[in-house]
Amino acid sequence: MDWQALLLSVKLSAYTVLFLLPTGIWTGRRLAYSQFYGKSMVQALLAMPLVLPPTVLGYYLLMSLGDASWAGQLLKSLIGHAPVFSFEGLVIASIIFNLPFAIQPMQRAFEAIPRDVREAASCCGMRPAKVLLRIELPLAWPGIVSAMVMTFAHTLGEFGVVLMVGGNIPGETKTIAIAIYDRVQAFDNEAAAVMSAFLLFFSMIMIALTYLITARTRTFHG
Amino acid sequence: MADTQGLRVRLTQDQPIPLDIDLYCRPGEVLALVGPSGSGKTTVLRAIAGLHHPEHGSVGCQDEVWMDSARDIYLDAHQRKVGLVFQHYALFPHFTALGNVLEALTHLPKPQRHERARALLRRVHLGGLDDRYPRELSGGQQQRVAVARALAREPKVLLLDEPFSAVDQVTRRRLYRELNELRRSLSMPIVLVTHDLEEATLLADRLCLLHRGVTLQAGTPLEVAARPVSALVCRLMDQQNLFTGQVMSHDPQNRITRLRWRGLILEARYQPEYAVQQRVCWMIQSANVLLHRRGRHSNGDRENPLSGTIVEYMVLGEHVSVLVQVDRQLRINLAMTVPLHVARRNALAYGEQVTVSLLADGIHLMPFEKLRGDRAGEDLV
Repeated sequence: MDWQALLLSVKLSAYTVLFLLPTGIWTGRRLAYSQFYGKSMVQALLAMPLVLPPTVLGYYLLMSLGDASWAGQLLKSLIGHAPVFSFEGLVIASIIFNLPFAIQPMQRAFEAIPRDVREAASCCGMRPAKVLLRIELPLAWPGIVSAMVMTFAHTLGEFGVVLMVGGNIPGETKTIAIAIYDRVQAFDNEAAAVMSAFLLFFSMIMIALTYLITARTRTFHG
Repeated sequence: MADTQGLRVRLTQDQPIPLDIDLYCRPGEVLALVGPSGSGKTTVLRAIAGLHHPEHGSVGCQDEVWMDSARDIYLDAHQRKVGLVFQHYALFPHFTALGNVLEALTHLPKPQRHERARALLRRVHLGGLDDRYPRELSGGQQQRVAVARALAREPKVLLLDEPFSAVDQVTRRRLYRELNELRRSLSMPIVLVTHDLEEATLLADRLCLLHRGVTLQAGTPLEVAARPVSALVCRLMDQQNLFTGQVMSHDPQNRITRLRWRGLILEARYQPEYAVQQRVCWMIQSANVLLHRRGRHSNGDRENPLSGTIVEYMVLGEHVSVLVQVDRQLRINLAMTVPLHVARRNALAYGEQVTVSLLADGIHLMPFEKLRGDRAGEDLV
């Protein structure tokens, strides 16, 4: 078991979830309740990582985060080194790759709250921020939690984008999924089996947890 | 001049549905906004609550201005002291009945809130169900929680959006009684949106009939039903006895206006605002069509007598709705309502011949317009 790789994966997942929690809530809520010009386009763009092969997304990220790009230059001046083949670069790639996994369930969760329930909260004298805290978040919370669980599990197992953007640097970009590939390449099947089994059970628990949370939501709504 | 303590609403807009509304509701008065689907009644209610932003107009209550497009004033829903009972109640599913009411009591100091919320639930006859979640309550109970929650904020206006449409008939009757009882203790203007005329008549002091976003007529429910200003109002008030005729003469001494209809001369209430020879629409409420008792004639029988055949006989609880065909060729039918025991005593049945009287005082004239399915011309013959 490559503990360093596992720890790195967990760290990467945690950063991704931490960033996508507020971003996802804001974006999901906005997409659920607001009508604005170009909304369909935004939704389509956000869904792109679902259909693009990870290598394609990875390639574009590699290009756009590289030294030759303005984004790469900007990030370099912020973090002190080039984002590609570094942990910071992985975090950025992971956030972008997980956008639909985080935002879509949250959007559905906000959409499931009837409009009149939100309006009733306003009529009870609640300011918009209070409506969000007292009504919307508690009702959307199961959806938000399951989005976070999915994002965490998905990041843990991500391979293609990580390899493209991060490479295989132990302690920096070598996540557990890369470590498994690495072990198989080195004919170390035993280590690969242990790590694969770990990811398998972990993912199963996560998915079960998500279903459990979703089932509990139904008791509120129906 | 109207007093200024009530709710004043003036709205105009072209989109999304055209609106041209001007209404006033006195403190303690129940005003029903009545109209078919799409007439704009719910939009008006939402505009009062601050949930809809119309293009032009003003909304205010007592000394407060909630909206005034001319002065660019627009308060959000949470800034208006409005209690709104939604059509499907819109209870917060993650709070108990008590919790739902507590959420609207944040203007009170914390120690007082629980006691006040319990008192409100007792007031709507829900004492003891404080800890139930909305999903554990029946439709009628949910409606009561919604009413308690709406009253919790001590609103200056109480708005009810078709609050009885989601419950069964028996519960509805009980809730009508409860609302009637509750409203006697309330001093704020109450606006009730409904498409049910019976409901409006039962609960409202005044009704405002809307059609395509425009107020057609406002008045007491009985007034609007008995004296509609137009054939359209007559139809929307579900009055079936609507015909066309021609004014023949006025008799100011006897307070009678004579009307020609199908070659007959009918005596109607004195309505000199219509000129002699003028074509008019006229109506009579089914309750003003009286059945002649068989074998026992009375003086009233001489008032506009008409004979016909019963072509429809429907028992509706303790009353019977009867359609009498007074002209077979033109298929002109008169609708009347008869108490069930009267119908039985007179052996009314499908196909029977009957004689009826049209009460002169109940015949109401309106400006002429071509009627649907049209017998307009033929009526005059």
